[in-house]
Amino acid sequence: MTSLRVLGVITALGLAAAAALHAGARLVSDREASPAAAAPADGFTTRTVYACDHRKAVVVEGARAGERLPPAKAQRVADLLTDLMRFCNEEVTAHISTTDVVTLSVNGLPFVEYVPGGPLPVELVKGKSDYTDRDRQIWKAELDKLVKEGDRLFHNDELGTNGLACAMCHPNASNTHPETYPKFQIEMKNVALLRDMVNWCIQNPLEGKKLADDDPRLRSLEAYILSQRTGVALAPGKH
Amino acid sequence: MAIHLTPKELERELRERSPESERLIRSLYNCDRRHFLKVSAKFAAMAAAAGAVMPHAFQLVEVAHAATTPGAAPEVAFRFAYVSDTHLYARGMTHRFAKAALKAVQDVNALDPQPDFVLFGGDLAQLGRADELGLGQQILKELRAPAKMMVGEHDWYFDMGEKWREMFGPDRYSFDHKGVHFVTLNSVVEKDFWTAKGYTPEQRMAIVAGLDDGRQSRFEVGEEQRDWLRQDLAKVDKKTPVIVFSHSPLYHYYEPWNFWTVDAAEVQALLFPFASATVIHGHTHQLLTNRIKNIAFHGLLSTAWPWPYAPTGLPKLTLQMDRPDPFDQFDGCGDGTLDVLKGGHVDAHYNLWDRNPVTVSYAELVKGIQGGGPSY
Repeated sequence: MTSLRVLGVITALGLAAAAALHAGARLVSDREASPAAAAPADGFTTRTVYACDHRKAVVVEGARAGERLPPAKAQRVADLLTDLMRFCNEEVTAHISTTDVVTLSVNGLPFVEYVPGGPLPVELVKGKSDYTDRDRQIWKAELDKLVKEGDRLFHNDELGTNGLACAMCHPNASNTHPETYPKFQIEMKNVALLRDMVNWCIQNPLEGKKLADDDPRLRSLEAYILSQRTGVALAPGKH
Repeated sequence: MAIHLTPKELERELRERSPESERLIRSLYNCDRRHFLKVSAKFAAMAAAAGAVMPHAFQLVEVAHAATTPGAAPEVAFRFAYVSDTHLYARGMTHRFAKAALKAVQDVNALDPQPDFVLFGGDLAQLGRADELGLGQQILKELRAPAKMMVGEHDWYFDMGEKWREMFGPDRYSFDHKGVHFVTLNSVVEKDFWTAKGYTPEQRMAIVAGLDDGRQSRFEVGEEQRDWLRQDLAKVDKKTPVIVFSHSPLYHYYEPWNFWTVDAAEVQALLFPFASATVIHGHTHQLLTNRIKNIAFHGLLSTAWPWPYAPTGLPKLTLQMDRPDPFDQFDGCGDGTLDVLKGGHVDAHYNLWDRNPVTVSYAELVKGIQGGGPSY
C-alpha cells in the first residue's frame, strides 16, 4: 500500500468516524436541546405509549415525554402494541428496555419476558385468548346471513309448485312452534323434528319436492324459524 | 273429524244401549251435511241426558244459541250467506284454492231456503291479475243467489282496482234491503308507498300480498271515503239498522299484520248514533268477534287458508277456534251465513269445514260473555 492510499483509508475512516460521531452528536445534541438533558440515556427515564383501545401500554425505557422516539424504536413500539391488541382484550403493560428487551404484565400479573412475534407467554384465566368485538360482529353477520336467506325462502313461493309460501299460513313464522319439536306426529306415524315438518309442508300444502337434510335451504329455513322464537322455552313433545 | 271409535265399534256400543241410536247411526251413511248435524245434535242431547262425556267432535259448539229456550228465540228477519278470501291463482280448477272456492259456492247453493244474497268478503284474487279475477267471477257465477261484491287488498294493488271496477262495479256503495241499510266500503286504502321507491305494479302487489311485509302502509278508509260515508248515512234514520261490509276490521287488532284500520275511530263515530250497527269484515281468516259500544264486529272465514290469532290485540269476546290441523287442507276454513234479526242485529253462523259449526249470537254478545281460548 502506498502512503497516499493509507492516508486515503485513514481519511475515509476518519470521515466515517466523524460522520458517526456527528450522528451521535446529533442525537446527543437533541437531548442536550431539552432542559433536563444533561443526564445520559438511562433505564429510569421512561415515557408510556398507549394503544387506541387504552388497554395496552408500552413503557419505553430511556425515552422522555415530549420527545419523538427514534424511527426504529417507534416502529418496535408500534409493532408491540399491535401484537398485544391482536392477542387479547385484557389490560397489558409492556416494558421495552433500551436494548429492546420486552417484558410484559397481563392484568397485573408478574412481568414475564416476551419475544416479539412469538406467543404471549401468559395463560389467561379463561384458558385461551379472548375474543374481540370484531370477532363477535363477524359471527353475528354470518348468522344474520343464514337467517335472512331463510326469511327470503319462507316468504317466497319457489319451494312449491302451486304459488303457496310458508308465510301465508305463518306470518312472521307464527304458529310454527319450533320449540315443541321433536314430537310424535300422528299423521306421519313417527317422531318428527322441525325439519321434518318443514319438509312435510313443502311437499303437501306447497306441493313441492322435499329438501335433503343437508340442503342449505333447509338449514336456512330452520335458522329463520328458530330465530323468530328467541327466548321461548324449549318444550319438546308438547302438542 | 276426530272420531275415537270406528263406525262399527260405535254401532255395536249403541246397539247394546239403544235400538234408536243404531237406527240413527245407520242413517248417517251417505247422508248430507244437514242430516248429519241433526243426528249429532240428537246424540249430544242423549249424551247430556245420560250424563256421558262425549268426544269433543260430537258436541255442537255454540256460544249459547238462544234457541234452546223455545219462544225466547229472536226472530230472524232474513238471512244472507258469505264466501270470502278465496285468494285465487289462475291455475285452473285443480288448484287447491279454486277447489276450495267452489266448495264454498256449493255449500251456499245447498242452503234451503236460499239466502237473500251472498256477500263476497274480498281477496277474490291472490295477486290481483285479470285472469285470477276472471276465474273468481266464473266460480261465483255458479251461485244461485245474487252476489254482493267487496274488494280486498289482493284484488286492488296490481292495477289499483281498474279490473275490479270494470268487472264488479264501484268499490264502495250502499243499498237498502228489507229495512236495513247496507254499506260496502273499500277499507284497504293505503298511503302511497310505491312511487317514491319506484316499485312496479307487480312489486307493489307482491308487497301488499305479504301479510307481514312492513313495507306497505296500514289500511284506512280515508278522508274522502269517510266524507262519502257521512253523507250517505246522513240520509238514514238513526233507528234504521246499519250493516257495514268492510275488508279490514274497522278497529285496531294487530297493526303488523294490517288487522287494522288506521281511521277506525272516525268510522266508528259515524256508526255510534245508530240504534243497531254491525260490521262484517274479511281479511283475518279466523273466527273473530268484537263489540265496541253499539257496534258488533264479525270476522269471516277464508276458503283458502286460516290465520293464527295475533300475538296481541285479540278482542276478549272472541271464541277462539282451535289451532287448525295442517294435515287437513280445509281445517280452519269455511263459509257461513248471517241471520239478520228483527231489529237489525246479527247472529253469525260459521260453517267451519271439517269442524262443528259455531254460532256467535247477538244475545250472547250483549251479555258480554268472554270468548274462550283454544281447548288445549
